[in-house]
Amino acid sequence: MGMTMTQKILAAHAGLDEVKAGQLILADLDLVLGNDITSPVAVKEFAKLGIDSVFDKNKVTMVMDHFAPNKDIKAAQQCKLCRDFCTEKDITHFYDVGEMGIEHALLPEKGLVSAGNVVIGADSHTCTYGALGAFSTGVGSTDMACGMASGKAWFKVPSAIKFDLKGSLRKYVSGKDVILHIIGMTGVDGALYRSMEFSGEGLSSLDMSDRLCIANMAIEAGAKNGIFAVDDITLDYIKEHGGAEPVIYEVDSDAVYDEVIEIDLSQIEPTVAFPHLPENTRTFSDIPDIKIDQAVIGSCTNGRLEDLRAAAEILRGRHVAKNVRTIVIPATQQIYLDAMAEGLLKVFIEAGAVVSTPTCGPCLGGHMGILAEGERAVTTTNRNFVGRMGHPESEVYLASPAVAAASAVTGKISSPWEVMGI
Amino acid sequence: MKFTGNIIKYGDNVDTDVIIPARYLNTSDHKELASHCMEDLDTTFVSRVKQGDIITAGNNFGCGSSREHAPIAIKASGISLVIAKSFARIFYRNAINIGLAIVECPEAAENISEGDVVEADLDNGIIRDITTGREFRTEPFPEFIQKIIENGGLMQSVKNGVIK
Repeated sequence: MGMTMTQKILAAHAGLDEVKAGQLILADLDLVLGNDITSPVAVKEFAKLGIDSVFDKNKVTMVMDHFAPNKDIKAAQQCKLCRDFCTEKDITHFYDVGEMGIEHALLPEKGLVSAGNVVIGADSHTCTYGALGAFSTGVGSTDMACGMASGKAWFKVPSAIKFDLKGSLRKYVSGKDVILHIIGMTGVDGALYRSMEFSGEGLSSLDMSDRLCIANMAIEAGAKNGIFAVDDITLDYIKEHGGAEPVIYEVDSDAVYDEVIEIDLSQIEPTVAFPHLPENTRTFSDIPDIKIDQAVIGSCTNGRLEDLRAAAEILRGRHVAKNVRTIVIPATQQIYLDAMAEGLLKVFIEAGAVVSTPTCGPCLGGHMGILAEGERAVTTTNRNFVGRMGHPESEVYLASPAVAAASAVTGKISSPWEVMGI
Repeated sequence: MKFTGNIIKYGDNVDTDVIIPARYLNTSDHKELASHCMEDLDTTFVSRVKQGDIITAGNNFGCGSSREHAPIAIKASGISLVIAKSFARIFYRNAINIGLAIVECPEAAENISEGDVVEADLDNGIIRDITTGREFRTEPFPEFIQKIIENGGLMQSVKNGVIK
């Protein structure tokens, strides 16, 4: 029986010719990731094993991004614990303030993930790297600790849903609208335990930032991983960022999928997920006037240079509405520099937005933009659960950078088509 | 593995942000995490939960973040077992890895009511609602999962030589 892309990567990393959905395997890991929230728990678990070193100091990475720069004393203690561990174990890829970025934007940029890799990360959005044709999935701190020690992890081989992409996106529509549209169809557990595999002729119209954004939110449909077929766009990206030699696993022609869902990209409209689940999606024919207090443009989902360009195009020469706090967070230091060189930061500041150092900050209600009781935010982040960005009585609306920028200008949830006169 | 306790019941899609809000993730202290468990969903949980109580819930329990702090907070608050229609996969893995017993049983999750006293025998896959007398069947735990939970989690099992 034919294998899916995910199954082929897992089989190769388990030293097997073939795997089937439901089979338990032990796979070799190419990279083990943690952040300043999850790594401290992993470091304490690692200590229980009583071993001196990690399996490979070049294949473990820690990124201080969630509550960094340290938001309080406890956060400072957690970062210190990670820093001390990485120093003691001589970890090559430890990223602290000044070098760090939001982990899932940073690792592809640094060339740490390549096509065909198996990656685990103690962060649920680790599924982002599927955009590069890798199998990558979120785990907890204990799995991270075991992975750091052994270089291996056990997996139950997933079945898959295939998304056959056709056509190309309209102006001011992006990967974020695609994945919100898909989650609206599948629901937040529609892909539970399974892979979401993206392929089809429509792929050629999606750049890497769109693909990274789509794979990033596979977890929001409950998926184990999201993965894209590898093409020249992938290979060029990996080469440009100095990634390891890609290994391309193509899906077997007789691979069995649980479902095949066709997506016509040209039919997708700007899409917003209403509180308090990412599946509560609506398009603008169905969105009344909703006043907002804050707009956030950033995160592992939408803090890349292409996202900042999309927001800047709308904010250029305009000003954010009175009392709409607009927070722009470039996801990495390199993106920050590139945005500065392109003049985007000037556009944001002149429009009345603030520009922050890279951090996950407001996305998870950590710092740098917390909501008060009754407040509403339009944000390019990935979750709108109760209390996600602050007070349990606040509301989070998920959208693309173009929608967030358009909404910041008008002060209510707005379509970029309307603001830009399309 | 046998558990007996009073039921605390929740609905679908209980996410890790309500199990333990991120504003408390600047610590990994188990007691401190337990003191905020379920805070944004149910402000009465911490004051009414008793050692050994059992949570029942709907679909996709534990969806969202990979924070292991979520099953840790539930376990440290005294909950002995979570029965749900389904679990988000990272939460499922994390719960087993830290030694919190969890089991999927849609029928039990649907039919057991808040406040019922329930007895669960996971070795034999039997969940019995003592209050109503109804009995539900589930898949028995595989032996290696039983061992992980009995040893208090994956790391302790590895250290004790139970898992190699």
